[in-house]
Amino acid sequence: MNTVPASGPDVAINVAGLSKSFGGREVVHDLSMQVRRGSIYGFLGPNGSGKTTTIRMLCGLLTPDAGEGTCLGYDIRRDADKIKRLVGYMTQRFSLYQDLSVRENLEFVARLYGMRDARGAARDMIRRIGLSGREEQLAGELSGGWKQRLALGACTLPNPQLLLLDEPTAGVDPKARRDFWNEIHALAAEGLTVLVSTHYMDEAERCHEIAYIAYGHLLAHGTVDEVIAKSALSTYTVSGDDLNGLAAELAGKPGIDMVAPFGTSLHVSGRDKSALETTIAPYRDKRGWRWEDSEPSLEDVFIDLMNRSKDNFQ
Amino acid sequence: MSATDAAGQNRGVPEPAFGFWRRSYAMLVKEFIQLRRDRVSFAMIVMIPVMQLLLFGYAINTTPRHLPTAVLIQEDSDLARSVLKALENTKYFRFTREVHSVAEFDDLLQSGKVLFGVEIPRGFERAVRRGDRPALLVAADATDPVAAGSALGTLGAVVQTALAHDLHIGDPPAMPFEIRAHARYNPAAESRLNIVPGLVGTILTMTMLIFTALSVTREIERGTMESLLSMPIRPVEVMFGKIIPYVIVGFIQASLIVGIGTLLFGVPILGSVALLAALTTLFITTNLSIGYTFSTIVQNQLQAMQMSMMFFLPSILLSGFMFPFAGMPVWAQYLGEGLPLTHYIRIVRAIMLKGAAPSNLQYDTIALIVLMLVAMTIAVTRFRRTLD
Repeated sequence: MNTVPASGPDVAINVAGLSKSFGGREVVHDLSMQVRRGSIYGFLGPNGSGKTTTIRMLCGLLTPDAGEGTCLGYDIRRDADKIKRLVGYMTQRFSLYQDLSVRENLEFVARLYGMRDARGAARDMIRRIGLSGREEQLAGELSGGWKQRLALGACTLPNPQLLLLDEPTAGVDPKARRDFWNEIHALAAEGLTVLVSTHYMDEAERCHEIAYIAYGHLLAHGTVDEVIAKSALSTYTVSGDDLNGLAAELAGKPGIDMVAPFGTSLHVSGRDKSALETTIAPYRDKRGWRWEDSEPSLEDVFIDLMNRSKDNFQ
Repeated sequence: MSATDAAGQNRGVPEPAFGFWRRSYAMLVKEFIQLRRDRVSFAMIVMIPVMQLLLFGYAINTTPRHLPTAVLIQEDSDLARSVLKALENTKYFRFTREVHSVAEFDDLLQSGKVLFGVEIPRGFERAVRRGDRPALLVAADATDPVAAGSALGTLGAVVQTALAHDLHIGDPPAMPFEIRAHARYNPAAESRLNIVPGLVGTILTMTMLIFTALSVTREIERGTMESLLSMPIRPVEVMFGKIIPYVIVGFIQASLIVGIGTLLFGVPILGSVALLAALTTLFITTNLSIGYTFSTIVQNQLQAMQMSMMFFLPSILLSGFMFPFAGMPVWAQYLGEGLPLTHYIRIVRAIMLKGAAPSNLQYDTIALIVLMLVAMTIAVTRFRRTLD
């Protein structure tokens, strides 16, 4: 799975050394990534980590200060026009015309791409995204979930090879989120490559591959299992009474890098397994706590990556 | 995997034939729908020209009539009554007061209760018959020289005609207050004949500038620019898509203004209506291009409005609309030549009032075309294709 060729027809996105600064602040630093065609690639990281900037550089909306690469085989610096014909970009904020109806928005996109039958293409897309009956409703009057569907419909309308989705499910209810992801998987099955940024761990786990970016640095990438394995984080899951008290006692002790409550249990994690075990030894078998040597969750790994990157880059 | 890869690489819409026109058309349709849906703007398309024309057409009147006038009659003779009658017939004077002392006469003028005072001196008729050139005093409140000017301008001639016609005393000697007035193309010196054609250009300048000055900033402020830029559309196509709908809007406005001007204000169109329509369309497009250029320069809608006003004010003052162009200092004339309104006002006055032919208007037509192309070039180069 990890033997990604450097380039070739199998690679949708292949960039190296991308950097971008705004007003002297480096938002993306020396970022390199490869995305295989037909895969769903999750892009994770805290707010302001450079996800949106990276996506914009990939589709020609921003010019990188340094670095180079290709998107669908076209140079991201020189061939922005060709890339735009083949890429569907769904912006973080709804960016279709609020004062145009669902149908008019889709017809506008279809005409812009020069599709032969703009009306027909819009009609088919309305059916596909389940907005039949709402064709004449103004986009601005749609609810969050419907807006997001319309936006996805608009960026898939010109039949793109690559979808760039910037936090597409922010503020959308769980049912709509699940439907959305089913649609993404259906599109990927048709051969579409999808790069999607998200904050949700469950969404990250639905991706074929993920990358974690913080403070403009790409910190980890691979499948979910690979990222967890590479983290070298040891985690114990504790269940029992008064977990809050235990959490307060453990926090900050040697070998303990992270203590996080997960519902009725507590995740106690550390990078140095022996130090971790020495510290928790006195607490095992005490007061009816049940300790279990477990795998760290993706969230544990990301929070740990974020904490470490804070030390390194801030 | 390879099966889906092959499918994936065949996706996408190929670059279509006539792509330029298709994309411009897509943009144009979108702009039309948005315009139709923006009810306030839509109402303004009709309201602005009608309101402004009626307001300015009636309000800006540099040849006011029926001005309040006081008379001080110190001699009750046929000639005196005849002179007063002749004055009243000019319609400039309306005798509102009859006074009997110089002090009262002066007081009325000073307080502004009357704008003119006419004094018929004692022994007036006899002096005229003797050929003594008596003084018929007409005092004017000249604080508004424009208001007083026209009335005084006709005074000498009218009184003289009245004397010659009514009393058959031959050619009377020239009177000291006689002012000769000669208004070419506008014999009655009616300012609305001059104002209304100028208003066509002034109103169009204002409405057209604002329509397009907001167009690009609106896309940026509403966040739609991000989507638009991620699609394969070029700056020229965006520009045409945004300008063309308003050419039609501007044409409707111009027709309204000219229509009202001829119907309500009796302004003639001596020249060719087709020529007027063609050059008006050129002028509209030039203004739209300039407004569009502004919108590619400014950061937000407020700045767009300010920039439009910055352009609009000199257009009014330096174009020859408000003040005679030839009377301006040379540097101001050079500035004026850079304003589309200057050229259009010459064109529209020439066609409507003088019946000018295309050959008379070559210079101003070319100037409008040059200004339009310069604006469009700046707009296309200024249009930012990225969000950098």
